[in-house]
Amino acid sequence: MTATARPGRYGRRRDQLVALGWLVLVWNLLWGRFSVGNLVGGVLVGGAVLLFFPLPPVSFAGRLRPRALLVLAGTFVVELVSASAHVAAIAVRPGYRPRGAIIGVRLRVRTDLNLALTAELISLVPGTLILEVDRDAGILYVHVLDVRGPADLTGSRDRILAVEERIVRAVGSEAEQRQLTGGAP
Amino acid sequence: MSGVLDTLGAVALVAGALLSLAAGIGVLRFPDVLDRMHAATKPQVLGVLFLLLGLALRLRTPADLGMIALVGIFQLVTAPVAAQMIGRAAYRSGRVDRELLDVDELAEREPPGAGR
Repeated sequence: MTATARPGRYGRRRDQLVALGWLVLVWNLLWGRFSVGNLVGGVLVGGAVLLFFPLPPVSFAGRLRPRALLVLAGTFVVELVSASAHVAAIAVRPGYRPRGAIIGVRLRVRTDLNLALTAELISLVPGTLILEVDRDAGILYVHVLDVRGPADLTGSRDRILAVEERIVRAVGSEAEQRQLTGGAP
Repeated sequence: MSGVLDTLGAVALVAGALLSLAAGIGVLRFPDVLDRMHAATKPQVLGVLFLLLGLALRLRTPADLGMIALVGIFQLVTAPVAAQMIGRAAYRSGRVDRELLDVDELAEREPPGAGR
């Protein structure tokens, strides 16, 4: 709906209101119950946080797609479990020294939000850990654990791009989805 | 019903404790910082989530559930960031065992961006 409007003054205000809403929710959860006092306190504290610790604007231009979100969440849980089992198994195997590698993966969608979300999720899925982010070029440098050959590296690259694709399918805008399928932006 | 929930909660608590143990062993045994960060993110995060799930199944009061959800969310959001900061610091200060790396594409890029 708002996918075409670039974040101007109005968009910035809207982003801040959304952030304030989340902060008020967190404040109430921290106190353990919703009450008028907690709501007022949350607005005051949240407003102060937004005023004194302003973040660079990260505008959300896409829209939420429930089914793709479910796919994203479901795959994430499965991958988190298998990643944990994998790392735990390596950790307790006697006398095994895993080899690693650092690879750079260029993402297809270069918005800050997509970079951040992909980086977060990649650190929690099998075998990969974010090391460095080249924001301008949209490249994530990733450490891969337990590399046994070139095939593993290609596999990790594909997995990272698959994570990106699931994120864009879930929360990206139409234009971002086109970048995904069309190749060059 | 509450017996079933209690049992499930106990199972989740034990699973979380075992995963945390495995994460600890990994941090202790892995050869270098980057490998250790793997242990400190995945099994550790899932371990905490299992412990929280176990707690939620046993406590079952709304206020506690809200707090548990917050702890879980912040854990998911902060653990990768912390691991990345430590990994990046280790890499930049050269505390990475290159013998263990098959490929290092970051080193190939490093000269132009090294000044930053």
